[in-house]
Amino acid sequence: MSEVRRHRSDTRMVPVPSYSIVPERDVNAIPVLETRHLGIEFGGLKAVDDFNLTIGPTEIAGLIGPNGAGKTTVFNLLTKVYEPTSGAVLFRGKDLHGMSIVQASRLGIARTFQNIRLFDRMTVEENVRIGLHNQIRYDMFSGILRLPRYWGQEKKQHEKAMELLSIFGMQDLADETAGSLPYGVQRRLEIVRALATDPKLLLLDEPAAGMNPRETEELMENIAGIRDRFQIAILLIEHDMSLVMGVCEGICVLNFGRVIAKGTADEIQANPDVIEAYLGKKRTEQNGREEEKA
Amino acid sequence: MTKTKRKRLIYNLITFSVVIAAYLILQHMIDAKTITRSLKGQLVPICAWIVMAVSLNLVIGFSGELSLGHAGFMSVGAYTGAVVSGWLLNAFQMENTVLRLVLAIVAGGILAGIAGVVIGIPVLRLRGDYLAIVTLAFGEIIRNLVNVLYIGTSEGHLNFSFLHKNLPESAVILVDGAKGAVKIKPISTFTVGFVLILITLIIVLNLVNSRAGRAIQATRDNRIAAESMGVSVTKYKMMAFVTAAVLAGMAGALYGLNSSTVVPTQFTFNQSINVLVFVVLGGLGNVLGSVISAAFLTVLPEVLREFADYRMLVYAIVLILVMIFTNNPAIRSLVNRLISPVKALLRGRQPSALQGGDKA
Repeated sequence: MSEVRRHRSDTRMVPVPSYSIVPERDVNAIPVLETRHLGIEFGGLKAVDDFNLTIGPTEIAGLIGPNGAGKTTVFNLLTKVYEPTSGAVLFRGKDLHGMSIVQASRLGIARTFQNIRLFDRMTVEENVRIGLHNQIRYDMFSGILRLPRYWGQEKKQHEKAMELLSIFGMQDLADETAGSLPYGVQRRLEIVRALATDPKLLLLDEPAAGMNPRETEELMENIAGIRDRFQIAILLIEHDMSLVMGVCEGICVLNFGRVIAKGTADEIQANPDVIEAYLGKKRTEQNGREEEKA
Repeated sequence: MTKTKRKRLIYNLITFSVVIAAYLILQHMIDAKTITRSLKGQLVPICAWIVMAVSLNLVIGFSGELSLGHAGFMSVGAYTGAVVSGWLLNAFQMENTVLRLVLAIVAGGILAGIAGVVIGIPVLRLRGDYLAIVTLAFGEIIRNLVNVLYIGTSEGHLNFSFLHKNLPESAVILVDGAKGAVKIKPISTFTVGFVLILITLIIVLNLVNSRAGRAIQATRDNRIAAESMGVSVTKYKMMAFVTAAVLAGMAGALYGLNSSTVVPTQFTFNQSINVLVFVVLGGLGNVLGSVISAAFLTVLPEVLREFADYRMLVYAIVLILVMIFTNNPAIRSLVNRLISPVKALLRGRQPSALQGGDKA
């Protein structure tokens, strides 16, 4: 892993922990995301503390950890749902401090949600078109007066939406109401909608939740395919270890709001701290005595 | 053309045909003098309330915000319309009533729109039900403001005074405090009202089927997701709210110029709630529903006049019954069961035993 260590240490304002998880091909590129000592407190409770992570521009990274570890909070910090109480988020070298959710999205951060947040009463295609909102635009008056610009841009939106839906083979569902779709399809639609915003960084919050093993396997291929096709970085939260270990080049493990391990799938699986976080402490004679004292 | 597009197009066509057909029939009845006096007097108000209902539906049904002061915007429009019409007549001797009416309606729309911007800027930045509270207050504030507003016109100028009647001797009084807008020359016509409905329908239906309209609906369905997609929620809530305010102002001017006086008590909280009833009864997000329910519920109290004292009681009962019949799942499934064999027959297939639901 030492050869994967980040260069460009000259531009670094603060030292980044021992090693990062950027894959080799991205080492020389400006990282798409860099967080420095990121933290947030909710009334004295440190939900996320001293969170450092660097993601290369075409990396697929995983964020794992037990329930309540603060994974979704990290996503909410990266997308500016929350303003951090300490540290900074750098997106393609730009500090996101003080930005709104909308501004972060326009810079190129897109996300899906753990509890699906589709526009339930709109059709599948319309959901994707909302993702294209800032890509293919025309003003309100062209829309009301049906000016030529309206027809041209609407056609472009339709074609682009269909192209994006074809990633998951969902063209035939374009006219369905989003809220009436099966759970797994809704998850995929969220990914398509996020991709429509033309992101540089795609955040997936438990994309495989509620999917069967076959669907999960398909999703794995899709995630790798999306990275290859759009040349973007993907950070995903997932409890399904087969997906995380199978597709993620770098994995970051979070517990009680702190990073306890970073590395490749093999390194993470062998890491004693990770095993402890997931399975509990191995009761050796020594720490057994310590616990009794405490 | 996609299936959704075709469905929307058919819906829009039906909406427009219903309105146009109703206009043609009523116009024919007027020409043939077969229309009752009370219905004829109701035609312009019906147009105004339809515009009110459709515009409020844009706010409640499409942008998902609750506005309880829609009558306030109507009041702004009615007063502006009365003043502009009176001013044009007195200062410029503009005798062309249609032109005066159109200018009054436009002015009413602009002023109500400005009021909408002033309210919307602070309130629509907040999350939650603040809009309901503030618009409720707005309706009351407007009512109390016009109660102490005096406007006259002399030598081509408009004279304003507030709290105390302090207008030049020679001025023609247009707005006289608690007496309201006085000596209005009624110039509203059914045809102008019909055109206003058409304009409203074009604006609302075209807006909701465009980029901006989708953004408005996205903010309704899921605010956080809309923001995450780069949709500026405040901007689009504002767009819906101000468009609705402009349309309500136009409806107000039309309504105000239909009678000889406009008094502040015409535009109370009750009227706002009335429009809300039109919208809810017609269905949130259902424009045709708003048109029909506004027309129906404006005529209903007149039809029920023979019940005299029990009029509003019957009105309430009818309202409750309609709500039950359109929203009760048991009744809906019963209706579906009754019409499903017919539907299947229309599709050219035999109704199967399972579809009929008769299997014990």
